[in-house]
Amino acid sequence: MLIRKSPDVRYSEVTPKSLYLNRRKFLAGVPGAVLAGNELLSPSGRASAATTKLQTVQSALSTTGERINPKEYVTGYNNYYEFGTGKDEPQQLARNFKTYPWIVTVEGECAKPRKFTIDEILKLAPLEERVYRHRCVEAWSIVVPWIGYSLSTLLNQVEPNPKAKFVAFETLYDPKQMLSPLQAGIPLPYVEGLRLDEAMHPLALLTVGMYGETLPPQDGAPVRMVLPWKYGFKSIKSIVKIRLVGGQPASTWNLYAPNEYGFYSNVNPNRDHPRWSQKTERRLGEFGRRTTLMFNGYGDQVASLYKGMDLIRNY
Amino acid sequence: MVKRRASKVFVFVLGLAPLVALLWRAYHDRLTANPIEYITHYTGDWTLRFIIFTLFITPLRKVLGQPGLIRYRRMIGLFAFFYACLHFLTYLVIDKFFDWKEILTDIGKRTYITVGFTGFVMLAALAVTSTAGWIRRLGGKRWQLLHRLIYLAVVAGVVHYYWSVKSDVRQPVFYGVLAALLLAYRWKIGTFARPRVSTPVVSRAPETVAR
Ligand code: HEM
Repeated sequence: MLIRKSPDVRYSEVTPKSLYLNRRKFLAGVPGAVLAGNELLSPSGRASAATTKLQTVQSALSTTGERINPKEYVTGYNNYYEFGTGKDEPQQLARNFKTYPWIVTVEGECAKPRKFTIDEILKLAPLEERVYRHRCVEAWSIVVPWIGYSLSTLLNQVEPNPKAKFVAFETLYDPKQMLSPLQAGIPLPYVEGLRLDEAMHPLALLTVGMYGETLPPQDGAPVRMVLPWKYGFKSIKSIVKIRLVGGQPASTWNLYAPNEYGFYSNVNPNRDHPRWSQKTERRLGEFGRRTTLMFNGYGDQVASLYKGMDLIRNY
Repeated sequence: MVKRRASKVFVFVLGLAPLVALLWRAYHDRLTANPIEYITHYTGDWTLRFIIFTLFITPLRKVLGQPGLIRYRRMIGLFAFFYACLHFLTYLVIDKFFDWKEILTDIGKRTYITVGFTGFVMLAALAVTSTAGWIRRLGGKRWQLLHRLIYLAVVAGVVHYYWSVKSDVRQPVFYGVLAALLLAYRWKIGTFARPRVSTPVVSRAPETVAR
């Protein structure tokens, strides 16, 4: 039982066998299943834990040759400290997280700052399915079929001006729905940042879904970033604000422990975390460890962003 | 005599309960998406809890007026070592799969592993010397001195835990406070000032304790 072999099938074929893992999760899935075929319910009646189906197109930027983890791995094992520091807590505590209606403010150094509703974001561009490897700083990894489009699509809408050098992101912080910073152990709201060229890179995915559906709350609903060449914590969840700025923005884990988590946090097997090695990782569902790849295996696409930079010092 | 034996069997079964619960979860596929991490944390938690339990014996004997509780202390201490072995084996066999280079690097370089390993070595020394034969061989005084290593082991366990967590230190701090109170109690009753020689340490062979 220790060794759980991933079934060698696509996620779409995975029967809800593992639903018994967690009865409550099963119950949370029921409204989703009902809603999928029931248009009578108003959008505001969309219970947050319920997900709806999304139409997607194929993407050339999708990673091939990887076995996708069953969905249960991604919904039941989360780092989302606003909803608990245990890996299995967010699934429970985020159950009633209100993700609709939702507004994302895009502002700062740009010609056309504006607010986007989540419905607008969902319609801004064709939704692509992109399979990415996801490498956590804690030395585990998963393969997830995300849904979204390149963040550049959204940023181009507001027309960044020449003063924009970085992008700052912010997660919703609602103390009524979330834990306190003391309970989470980190400063809140959660903030993250990218250099503008990183943010404009086609792999930087503005993500609204996974496994053919909208995101469940514990995975960062309704809209999050996915940056497959960086450690997972850079991929900020439940975004409410995106700001184009001139100086390097703050990022939560860097604020918490600057010597452990840098601004860049690119996956780098040659730069250990001070408390553990980053040379290997455990792919969830596998027994042994895998060697960790530079830029999580996306070096061909992203290495040029960091030409001439010392990535040990700029960790 | 029979009643005593029965109560020991009862404590023994209680000591195995966490392992049974773990196997139960494993059987029902309830070890989360990362079973190795789950088992590491689970066995680590129980190692620390059993160390704390042994440290509760002395104060409880006094507070409850139950000096007889001493007869469970060795077993509880050995359970701490038992869970420490499972914890260490999880790391050694399942997590690192005998990758000695990685393991030695970890033990030497990663402070939380260094401290945990030190704690483990201390528990091993205590487990090995827990028999009546070793009490005789070492002499009661020296044996008692050696077995104060448990005070260092609990500190090592708490520090190891504290350094291993990413940000939420509530649990390690909770155990740290418990450990501090238990050590403060020793301070108060003067354990650190002079060797205690009057306590019968082993229930089955008290005559072997040098006086
Ligand atoms: C006195 C001996 C030890 C005690 C009391 C102890 C206790 C603990 C505790 C309480 C935890 C945290 C559990 C949690 O997060 O819920 C832990 C984690 C851990 N321990 Fe130990 N431990 C000991 C020795 C060792 C040794 C010898 C090793 C390996 C050489 C080790 C490796 C680990 C690892 C890898 C973790 C997981 C850290 C993480 O995932 O963040 N421990 N231990």
